[in-house]
Amino acid sequence: MSVRPLVSHRFQARPSRLRRVRQLVTQAALRAGCAEDGVLDLVLAVDEACQNIIRHAYQGKGGEIQLTVRRDGEHLVIQLLDYAPPVDLTTIQPRPLDELRPGGLGTHFMRSVMDEITYVPPPPGGGNLLQMTKRIEKS
Amino acid sequence: MSVDIATQDGVAVVSLKGDIDLQTSPKVRKALLQCMDEKRDVLVDLGGVTYIDSSGVASLVEAFQNARKNGTRFALVGVSQAAMRVLQLARLDRVFAIHPTLEEGLKVKP
Repeated sequence: MSVRPLVSHRFQARPSRLRRVRQLVTQAALRAGCAEDGVLDLVLAVDEACQNIIRHAYQGKGGEIQLTVRRDGEHLVIQLLDYAPPVDLTTIQPRPLDELRPGGLGTHFMRSVMDEITYVPPPPGGGNLLQMTKRIEKS
Repeated sequence: MSVDIATQDGVAVVSLKGDIDLQTSPKVRKALLQCMDEKRDVLVDLGGVTYIDSSGVASLVEAFQNARKNGTRFALVGVSQAAMRVLQLARLDRVFAIHPTLEEGLKVKP
């Protein structure tokens, strides 16, 4: 994995901060040579993951998120670290798309777009460390 | 993100511009629910949408379901590439009525 991250950004877990996160992920993906379609997908997945942290991990009460984007060969590796209580992985499921209802699409988008999504052990003092990986599709 | 509601040929045209995300989607939801409360036929112009997330899509789905209950019309027009990609991921491109332009959308009679 490349030593220096493409993005290292710590931010408040608030909806108003997501625009900046999207900008940073866009810049990183373009620098890594991603095609435009791939950039949009990546941004969506990261945004949705951040929303899950804001809404579910922190339950809307705020907190901090550390975003790191690194290149590992032909893959982009995105990590989102929060300081919330450990999530119950059994409760995270995308919903069936044949049910037409307003909510529950975020996890589906993440899983559709990313090659791999996993929780890895957080550093000491951390809560949850989500890691998402996607192969760089060149433009 | 801006939300503009105009009336053309008796139809409410809701034009959305900018990023529809967790912060801005409540504005979209409020505008669409207002049209639903008034039982209006609605065309949502997504031509100016630069980004839409699951919360934005949820607002569209909610309005679509309300329109079905009301027996009123709800369709999308001029969907931007960014918005279409997200609708395709959600497989809603096959659920919503989608027209390439506002003019095409207005031509269709319920």
